[in-house]
Order: sequence, then C-alpha cells, then structure tokens
Amino acid sequence: MIHTKDLTYQYAGGKALSYPDVDVLRGETLLIIGHSGCGKTTLLHLLGGLLRPTNGQVVIHNQNTSILSDKKLDTFRGQHIGFVFQKAHFVQSLTVKDNILLASYLSGKQYRQNDLNSLTEKLGITTLLGKMPSSLSQGEQQRVSIARAILHQPDLVLADEPTSSLDDENTAKVASLLLNLTMVFGVALIIVTHDERLKTLIPQQLHLS
Amino acid sequence: MIFKIIYRNLLHKPLNALLSLFLLMLSVAIISLLLVAGTQINSKLDKDLADVDMVVGAKGSPLQLVLSALYHIDAPTGNISKKEADKIAANPLVETAIPLSYGDSYKGYRIVGTIPAYKDLYGGKLAKGSFFAKPFEVVLGAQVAQRTGLKIGDLFHGNHGEEEKGEEHEEFDYKVVGLLEKSGMVIDQLILTPTESVWDIHEEEEETSSIAGTMMPMVRKAKPSDDHTDLDHLDHNITTIETKEAQDRQITALLLKFKSPMAIMTLPRIINAETNMQAAVPTLEINRLVNMLGIGITALQSIAFAIMLIAGLSVFIALYNRLKERKYEHALMRSMGSSRSLIFWLLLSEGILLSFLGFTLGFALCRGGLVLLNGVSGKDFHFYFDYAPVAEEGWLFAITLIIGILAAVIPAVKAYRLNIAQTLSDG
Repeated sequence: MIHTKDLTYQYAGGKALSYPDVDVLRGETLLIIGHSGCGKTTLLHLLGGLLRPTNGQVVIHNQNTSILSDKKLDTFRGQHIGFVFQKAHFVQSLTVKDNILLASYLSGKQYRQNDLNSLTEKLGITTLLGKMPSSLSQGEQQRVSIARAILHQPDLVLADEPTSSLDDENTAKVASLLLNLTMVFGVALIIVTHDERLKTLIPQQLHLS
Repeated sequence: MIFKIIYRNLLHKPLNALLSLFLLMLSVAIISLLLVAGTQINSKLDKDLADVDMVVGAKGSPLQLVLSALYHIDAPTGNISKKEADKIAANPLVETAIPLSYGDSYKGYRIVGTIPAYKDLYGGKLAKGSFFAKPFEVVLGAQVAQRTGLKIGDLFHGNHGEEEKGEEHEEFDYKVVGLLEKSGMVIDQLILTPTESVWDIHEEEEETSSIAGTMMPMVRKAKPSDDHTDLDHLDHNITTIETKEAQDRQITALLLKFKSPMAIMTLPRIINAETNMQAAVPTLEINRLVNMLGIGITALQSIAFAIMLIAGLSVFIALYNRLKERKYEHALMRSMGSSRSLIFWLLLSEGILLSFLGFTLGFALCRGGLVLLNGVSGKDFHFYFDYAPVAEEGWLFAITLIIGILAAVIPAVKAYRLNIAQTLSDG
C-alpha cells in the first residue's frame, strides 16, 4: 500500500536526514521507534505528504506523491490518508460528530451511516457525539480522532505518538482499537512513537537512529 | 458543512461577533438614515420649487417667506397689500404671478386662497370633480382627501390658524368640488379655494372684531383665540364690507415667474429697496438652507464612517486574535485534505458574513428609524419618508462588504501561508 525509496530530507538549518525504506501492505501495522530528535515526526510528515522530501519518493496506492502539485497533494492526502496526532486537534466550534464527519466532507468521500454507527460503538464514543471536543478527556479525544481518521476509509493511517499522553489503561485501549479497526477496515497503519508500551503489542518494527 | 464551520466559528465567541455586528449595524443605520432622509428631503425641496423665480411677501426672514409660501411648512411673515402686489405682477418682465392667501386650516391642512393657475405650477390634475369656480368651493390635494376622508359634495368649516384647535369659522361652509391627483408635491397637502373665500371670511371678522390692520392676525401660532372674542360671530355688519373692498384687500404672498432670467438680477433689489414688501429668490434661500444642513449631515456621516472603521478593526482583531488558537484546526483541516485556498476563503467569509449581517441589520434599523420619524414628525410637516432603498445604499452595501473583506484579508493570508508540518510538530 505504501512504500518509500531512498527518502532524504534536508532541514532549512542544514541538518540532513536519510531514512531506511518503508514498505507496509493493506491490513499491516508498522511501528517506527526512535528517541526524540531522530526525525520520527519528520518521516511521518514525509509519508503523509505534509512535507516534501529533498530526495527519494513516497508511493501510496501506486501514486508517487512527490510529483503531485500542492493542490492535488492536498486532495490526495484527504482521500487516501488518515491522521492521528499526539495531541488531538479539533475544530473547536464544531461538535464531536461534525468533527468526525469533517474528514469525509473535506476528502469528498461519502461515509456509510453503518460505518459511523459501528465505529462509534466500538470506540465507545456514541454518547459523546453531541458534545463539544473541549469537554472531552484526553482518552476520549484520542478515540474520537481514531474514528475521524478511519471513517472515510483511507488506504493508510498515520499515527504520531497516539498514546504518549495517555495513562496505561487508555494506552492499551487506544492501541488495541487502532490495531483492531485498521485490520477490520483493511487499512495500512504506521505508528511513530517512543512509547515502549507499544513495542510488545506490535511485532513489525523499524528502529531509527 | 463549510457554511456551518463559518457561522459556528462566529458563534463560538459570541461577544466578539456581537460587538463587531453591533458597530457595523449602528454605522450602517446612521449612514443609511442620512442618505435616505437627505435624498428624499432634497428631492422634495427641489420638486416643490416648481420653477418659481421669486416670492414676494411681507418683510421678515426671506427663508421663512420661502418656506411658508412655497413649502407650506412655516408661518407666513405677514400680509401685503393686493394693490402693491398687482403693481409687481403688471411688470413686463413677469410671466406669471400667482397670489396666495393663507392662514386658515382644516385638520391641520392649509386652506390656500389662490387662482386656478396655482395648480399648474405643480402640474396638478383633477382626479375627480371640477376645479373651483366660485368662493367657498374647494379642491383637495390627494393627501388631504386621503387622510381627512372628505369627498366631493362634503361641507366643512375652516379653523383659524394652523392648528386643529383653532377657532372654527362656523358661519362659512366650504364645499368640496374637486379632488386632485397625487403629485408627490406640496399641493397634495393643500386645500385650494378662490382668494375671495379667504377675503370674505376675514373681512367679516375684521369688521366685528376690534383688531384692525391684519387680515389674518393669527399668522404666528401664539394665542390663537386672543384675536377673536366670542362675540365675533354673533353680530355681522355686512354693509361696511363693500366700502373696504376696493382699498386695502390683502394677500399673504405672491409667487412669480419671469420671462427672462435678467429679472432676477433687478426686480428683487428694486422691491426690497423701494417698497415695504420683501422679495426672496427661492433657489438662493434653499441653497443656503441645504448648505447649512449639509454641514450637519457631513459631520454625522463622518462619525458614522468612523464607527464603521472601528467595526472593521473589531472584526480584524477578533479574527487575528483567534488565529493563534485556530492554527491547529487549520493545520488539521489541511491534513484532512482541505486546500490552502479553502482555509483562506473560510476566514474571508467570516468577515463577509459579519459585514453582510451588519448591513442587513443596519438597513432594518434605519427603516425602523424612518417609521419612528414618520410617526413623530409626519403629521407636523405633512411629509412622510418613503421606505424604498435609495441608490446610494447600494454603495453603502459595497463599502460595508469591502470593510469586512479588508478586515479579514490579513488573517486569511496568514492562515493561507500556514506551515502545516511545523504547526503540527509544535502542537
């Protein structure tokens, strides 16, 4: 589903990073581990088309994203990739439900009402749909952002430190939901983290140095 | 969904939005009111001028003479001798001369003694009936007929002075013989009758009351009933009327049209210098009035535009301040596939929506103000504002929108340039 070749990224300051090739198939999960400052988040942004690589290419769903125009890249990202960030960001003025639907709206893809129902049920957020995002706990916010990343059926979900601000209980819950749902929806999942708690759950790992 | 994001965002900080909206509404309402009132008053003043070149009346304020004789919104300056007036009318430079005698009213509407040619000044046409042919026949302006409900064949008594509670001239019946078509001009609010009607009423009274000299003593509103005693109507001494008739009949004002514009240069000066009457040139007087009002209107308009600028500033500050907390949601929306331009338009639309709402509310408030004005002053001046939008309000709408756009464009550009990767790494 996604593979990269000879990715390098040069910061404006001059520091250059080169990354090992990544190759993840539909339904598979890859854990990318590294200490802070080794360029994990940069790699995730390169994979998600939020940054453009200095060299090399990112191919998602048989599309080399490095050669797309800005506008096409925005559209492509919306349709094929879902994000879960460390700190769950929301459009603060919209309800939880509208925030979840926003991804489908912006990607231009239709969602299925059944998917919405089963997703919110499995994530245990059905009762939260009418609330404002700011009134949710961090664990709840993270579960809502999983629903948002998956509902419009992307090919790839990129998660940046999804559990590092959660306690053990919520970490276990969020991680298993992520793994389970990406499997059910047939999505490739890449998690970037320094969270040791996840290592035991996900066998396929890539260590950055 | 996009519209939802826009209005939910405005509602998210309701006090900010309310402040901006209130300022916009206020400035639009003030400017709108000035525009509508200014336009309508100007066009009213202009239309009622009716190409009258000169007004001759008793000495006093020339503006008062013009306002009373042409617009019928002020009291007359006094009376002039018919004989003297006839001399001016006979001048070879004069094309038309129309005498006016007024001072009485019915339900607040002026009864004007004149000649049939008066209606031609305003292109007045009969809607029904015939024009007056003999004393005590009257023709009603359209507004008078509508508001008093008088019909052809109806009889009524005039009241002395301009107020409804003025003493009634009970011994004389006016008879309605014609109704005029609506003209949008001053004759709509007048009751026209031959000059002789006014003479007959007041000469009789003059004979019996002890006041001499003025035919219509109650020209200023002071003490309306002091001029007559209750005895006035008890006893008539008709025999003396005949003898007085020829010598000092009086009229209130004379409206003149000249054959050549040259006359305007010479005649007023001669009349003012050599007779005990005064001549006023309406265009000059009205220009003076409009200029005086203009200063006030300009000042008020400047204040209103200043308020509008502050409103724009308030929109700007509200959007700009929230930009920092909203940059994460903008980055988020970008990550979910929204383009740069969508974010740009989102912010711009908030400014546009605010100014659109501000204009709409201001426009409505202005109309509310006009309703109030019509209720308060319409009856006194017989002038009612029209609620239809004036052309300048289109400009006002454009200016309001531009202010909203200008206020939002800097935050919108900043959001457009947002570095998503950087923002998301920071957060």
